[in-house]
This record gives sequence, structure tokens and C-alpha cells, in this order.
Amino acid sequence: MTDHSEIDSVTGRATTGHEWDGIKELNTPLPRWWVICFYLTIVWAIGYWIVYPAWPLISSNTTGLFGYSSRADVALELANLDKIRGDKMAALGAASLADIEKDPALLALARAKGKTVFGDNCAPCHGSGAAGAKGFPNLNDDDWLWGGTLDQILQTIQFGARSGHAKTHEGQMLAFGKDGVLKGDEIVTVANYVRSLSGLSTRKGYDAAKGEKIFADNCAACHADGGKGNQELGAANLTDKIWLYGSDEATLIETISQGRAGVMPAWEGRLDPSTIKAMAVYVHSLGGGK
Amino acid sequence: MVSGGVFFQRESAMPQPSISKTMTTGESGLALIFAVAAFLCLIASAKALDAPFAFHAGLSAAASLAVVFFIINRYYDRPAALPPAEINGRPNYNMGPIKFSSFMAMFWGIAGFLVGLIIASQLAWPALNFDLPWIQFGRLRPLHTSAVIFAFGGNVLIATSFYVVQKSCRARLAGDLAPWFVVLGYNYFILIAGTGYLLGVTQSKEYAEPEWYADLWLTIVWVTYLLVFLGTIIKRREPHIFVANWFYLAFIVTIAVLHLGNNPALPVSFFGSKSYIAWGGIQDAMFQWWYGHNAVGFFLTAGFLAIMYYFIPKRAERPIYSYRLSIIHFWALIFLYIWAGPHHLHYTALPDWTQTLGMTFSIMLWMPSWGGMINGLMTLSGAWDKLRTDPVLRMLVVSVAFYGMSTFEGPMMSIKVVNSLSHYTDWTIGHVHSGALGWVGFVSFGALYCLVPWVWNRKGLYSLKLVNWHFWIATLGIVLYISAMWVSGILQGLMWRAYTSLGFLEYSFIETVEAMHPFYVIRAAGGALFLIGALIMAFNLWMTVRVGEQEVQMPVALQPAE
Repeated sequence: MTDHSEIDSVTGRATTGHEWDGIKELNTPLPRWWVICFYLTIVWAIGYWIVYPAWPLISSNTTGLFGYSSRADVALELANLDKIRGDKMAALGAASLADIEKDPALLALARAKGKTVFGDNCAPCHGSGAAGAKGFPNLNDDDWLWGGTLDQILQTIQFGARSGHAKTHEGQMLAFGKDGVLKGDEIVTVANYVRSLSGLSTRKGYDAAKGEKIFADNCAACHADGGKGNQELGAANLTDKIWLYGSDEATLIETISQGRAGVMPAWEGRLDPSTIKAMAVYVHSLGGGK
Repeated sequence: MVSGGVFFQRESAMPQPSISKTMTTGESGLALIFAVAAFLCLIASAKALDAPFAFHAGLSAAASLAVVFFIINRYYDRPAALPPAEINGRPNYNMGPIKFSSFMAMFWGIAGFLVGLIIASQLAWPALNFDLPWIQFGRLRPLHTSAVIFAFGGNVLIATSFYVVQKSCRARLAGDLAPWFVVLGYNYFILIAGTGYLLGVTQSKEYAEPEWYADLWLTIVWVTYLLVFLGTIIKRREPHIFVANWFYLAFIVTIAVLHLGNNPALPVSFFGSKSYIAWGGIQDAMFQWWYGHNAVGFFLTAGFLAIMYYFIPKRAERPIYSYRLSIIHFWALIFLYIWAGPHHLHYTALPDWTQTLGMTFSIMLWMPSWGGMINGLMTLSGAWDKLRTDPVLRMLVVSVAFYGMSTFEGPMMSIKVVNSLSHYTDWTIGHVHSGALGWVGFVSFGALYCLVPWVWNRKGLYSLKLVNWHFWIATLGIVLYISAMWVSGILQGLMWRAYTSLGFLEYSFIETVEAMHPFYVIRAAGGALFLIGALIMAFNLWMTVRVGEQEVQMPVALQPAE
């Protein structure tokens, strides 16, 4: 085949003499650096096979010089974890909430565990910083629908609110407009009254006395006189600046006429008791715990 | 699909000797087979257990009837004798199937890039899922991957392989109907696969999602492809087989083996779309990634290296840098690639020894891969100045540079310690796209820019300026895409592995998702640029075919002057 070989004028190399559709090939030797690198990777691979498990045998495999096993690695890491946490995980499971509060080491462990669990389970609704969103309470403040003591928080997490669990928190904001209890103008009036409770401005020409009367007749049963709220029923405190759905007139009218019944799922049965406990401690520690 | 005139050349100009016209065995046999198939598909559609299967069976009945009509119509249109293999001692090349495949490549390319942009946007803004099952990320993602790899890439490979094998063997494609069966049948497979994904039909194996009936159809089409390709090589008028054809052949043979190995499945019913794979557990995972990795190795690497070996020397008008390197790196690549699959299963239930082999063979694969890059780039020696004036050649060369980068990054990511950071993160997505957009995309674009004027017999492209725009817009898109995914992936990997002093995860998953958001926006922007580039290309190619100046052909029948 060297018969047709010619010298390429640019590189000074001979061609192989082959030609296809005008394409020729130079007879360039393999680049030395390429060959050396290729051999190095092969040598490295052989070395690696000697050190690590590599080749299958009839019923087992080569185990390497040090008997490396990824399962042993995992076991080692888990053992290290045990060393860090000691027997505190078991203690956390056995301790009562009050005991956890008293023991700084347990408290730190519960908060750390609670934070992780919160991120995986609660953050989708309450936000990764627990700041909440419309319809999903902010857990950093001290305004609690169902109570902010450790026990109350634990209960809410365990059984949820309107979750369908036998022990769930019940009670909801009724749909005063949809159910025909209040008429349109009455709803506007009472909405403005509710705004006035927390010092927000009211609509021009709004009848405060009438608003107070409508509130007393329809709302005070749950939200209490003066709108201070009732944690037994999950009825919100209307006198503070914290609003779950919004404080503007339009949103309040929507809340009063359509009602509200957000759902908090029950975590009992989905997470084990000690995890739920840790979660309660974490939420309690966010800043608003009572 | 498109009026036949775009793809068919009327070959009736030759004066016909008076022979009686009869159907060939192929014509009558195929017409009969498809008539029976239409009937069987109709029955299957009536007895179907699920709606997607009924739809696919009905579609196949209609398609089979169309094929029967096509064959008979073609028979009445054609002269009595089949097109000769040679006219006046020159090979009579068969360009029709190549035109069709080139057109479909561009069509599927744009569809695939568009779906990619949609799913990238869905990741950045999940509301774009619109709560509709058909356009959920989960269904569109395989539509995107299949459309770009198998539909776009596959059609580019079929078109270029049919062209290169004819030119480099100086022989007309083997078979009369067979090449058409390959291109039409392959695109019908794409149609069944793609509509299946949207309707929720999938066997849930990455890059092998199509269900059993689509797999069986592909097997028939692929074996025909192999036969046409081999048949043409056997008929060759050249003493040696051109290097591109080794790569094409390795690609076709190995894809057949991979497809059969990964897809043995038992349908729940022959009238339903659902099936179960024969393999179970870790064996299934191993088969899946043996398949998945070698789809990269033999479809996206060997096949496109074949394109490189023909189109770069042809466009640069230079000899291939090193014949010896092409031989050595070809065999090394073929031998080593097939072992590398386990690196997709590091730190899983796969035994340690298998992981070791996957990793070490991936490292040994580095230089064989770079052999292709060296041969591609060094072929330019003596022609580097052409990069300034020829954006098509620039596209081809940059594709080889991306190839070199990805084939360094790949072995690096297969190292277990690196993999423990990179695995499951966006880094993998970035790596895949530097290969897919940079290497496969650009080498395909470059090849199509060459091929379309050649097969449609045009003097050149409609506009080189538009190619230049395409090049820069797409390059910017790729850079945005891959750099966003590198940063995002490494950030993600570091966040996932951060522990507190008490051994709890530092970051919740949702926090890592929040951290990814800006990079997902940048990635979508990069994808949009890449799509815009492809639209410019489609316009350019369309205008080349529609208004491009005809190449003055040497009149074949002319007698020598003296």
C-alpha cells in the first residue's frame, strides 16, 4: 500500500497511500505523550486492582491488600456517630419534655434533630426558616393558634389540626356569608371592626357601634370579647398585628364570608415519638415558645 | 410528511430498455407483510386493555396501510428497471433516505431542544407543570432525552452513515426499499416512543423507556440498518474500509447488543402496553447502566466520531492526522468502554469489586477517548486559517474540543471520591450537556451544514453569516448551561454532605432546592440560546434547499471532447 504513498507538503509526513472520496491519511506515529499517559493509566489501574477488591473469582472475588469493604466503611461511620451522640439518643427517647428542657446536652441534641426533621417534613408548608406563608402560621413569633407551651406544641404536631385524627384539634372559622348568617354590608362592617381591634384604619362612614354589636353576636363566642382569641378553639387573636391570611379589608371579607379551615396533618404514626418530641422542642425554641 | 419532491429524485430520465415491469420480491413481500400487519394492528387496537395501547395499535394499522399504499404507488411511478448501481462507471448514489433523515434530524432537534427548555423552566418555575399529567416534568424529561439523543442524534447518524458509507465505498446503498424502511421505520419508532411518554407509557429504564412493542419494532428496524450498512460495505469498490465506517459499524452492532441485553421483558398481555423486565434488583441496575453508559460510548461517541472522521478532513481538505492513532484508539475505545458502566452505581448495592472495575476502566478510557480528539484537531494542521473564514469548520473543531473536555471530565467523575461529591447532583447534568450540546450537538450541526448542500446538490449554504450567528449564540448558551450546572452541582453536593457536630444533616433538601434556583434560571437561559441557534440553522438549511443555487453538474452522459 505504500505504493501510492506521497509526502504531505505541510507536515512533511508520508501518507498511507489510502484514499476515500478524496480523504487521505498521514502515517504519523502515535504521539509519545499519549502512549505514556495511556500506559500510566493502565499501570495505575493494575495497582488499584491489587489494593482494592477488583476481580471476580469462581465464588468470591479478589479482596485487595487491606480487605477494603464499603460496608465496613458504613459500619465505621455509624460507630463514629454513636461515639458523638453516645447514649443520648436513647435518653432523648425516654426523657419527658420537662427533663429535656432541664438537661442542656439533651436539649441541644433535641434541637439539632428537630431542625433536621423540620426541614424534611415541615418546611414545605411552614418554610425552611419556619416563617410561614399565607395560611401557614409563622412559628417564630409568640402568637399561637393552639397554644405555645411545649406540651401544646407537641399535641398539635402529634395529632394535627382538622387532620381527621381522633384526637385532632377541631374548630374552624365559619363561613358567615356563604351560609347566609351575615349579609354583605354586615360583613363589611364587622371586617372594619376587626381591623380597628388592632389599630388598623377603617373605611369612611363605617358604623363602629354596629360593628361591635355584630362582633359580639357572632364572633365573640370563639374569638372572645374584645377579639383576644381562644386557643382551645384555635380562634385567632385579632388584636395583634399577626395575620394568618391577611389584614386588608378584602381578605378579611373573604375570610368572614367563606370561612377558613386550614389543615395541619397529624404526625403520630408517620414519625416515631422521640422524633416528634425533638420537633416540638425545636419549634418551641424558635423564639415564640411559652 | 413533506411533498415527495424534496426527497425523491425522479430517476426516469434514462431511456428504458423494453423489459416488462414486475414487482420485485421485496415490494410484493413487504406490501403483503404490511397488509397483514395492518389487519393484526386493527385487531390489537380493538382488543386493547389500555387506551395508549389502543392508540398505538390504531396508529400502527394506519401507518401499515400507508406503507402498502406507498409501495404500490412507488411501483407505478418507477420505471421498469430499478435504479442502476452505476451510471457510466460512476456510482449512482441513493440520496433520498439521506434527505429524509436530515430533515427529520432538524425537526426532532428543534422539538427536543424546545422540550428541554420547557423542562429546564419547569425546574426553575414549577408552576409551569400546570398540574397537567401529560406535560409533567416526569413525562417530558424522557421525551427530551429521547428526542435529542435518539431522534435528533439518531437521524443525524443514519443520514451521515448512509452518505459516508456510499461515498467512501464508491457504491450505491444496498437494497431498494430497505434504506427507506430504515429511515421511516426508525422515525416511526420515535413517534411511538414519544407519544407513549406523554400518555404515561414507560418501562422506567433511563434512556430505554419505550415499552416492549416499541422495542421489538426497533429491533427489526435496527437489524435492517445493519444489513443495509454491511451490504454497502461488502459491495465497496475501495480496497480498504474507511475509518469512519469502522466507527459506524461498531456503533450499529453494539447498539443492537445493548438494546437486546437491557430490554428482555414479558408483557402483562399482548394487548396491553405494560411489561416487566426479566432482570431484577442489582442485576437489572447493572444491565441498565451497562446499557446506559454504552449508549453514551457507542451511540454518542463512536457514532459521532465516525462523523468527525469524514466531515473534518473533508471540510478542512486535509489528510487525517494519524492512521495508526485511529486504529489504536478505535480498538482501545471499543474494548474499554464496555466495562465502564458500573461507575454509574458507585456506593450502591453493587459489589465493591464491580465498582472498582467500572472506575479503573473509566480511567484507562481517558487516552483512547483523547486519541479521537487528537486525530480531529491535528487534522487541521495546515488549515487552521480556515477557522477564521469557515464557521462550519469552526463548529466541527469546537465540537472536538468539547469532546476532549467531556472525556476528561467523565473519567475524573468516575473516581469514587469525586463521585461521592458529584453523583446525583447537577454536575452530572452539566457533564452530560457539555458532551451533548458541545460535542454531539456541534458535530451534528457541522455535519448537517456540510451534508445538506451536498445531497440537495447546492453550491453552498444559503448564508455563512447565519452559521456564524448560530455558532456564537449556541456557544454562549452552552457556556451558560454548563457553568451554571457546575456551580449548582458542586454547591448541591457540598450542601448534601454537610453534617452538624452531632451528626445531623446541616441542610434540609428544600434548602438545597432553594439554593439551586438562580442556577436553574441561568440554565434555562442557556437552553433558550441553544434553541434560538438551532432555529437559525433550520431557517438557513431550509433556504439552502429552497433557493440555493444549483451546483452545475457534470453531464454524466457526455462523450469526451476528443
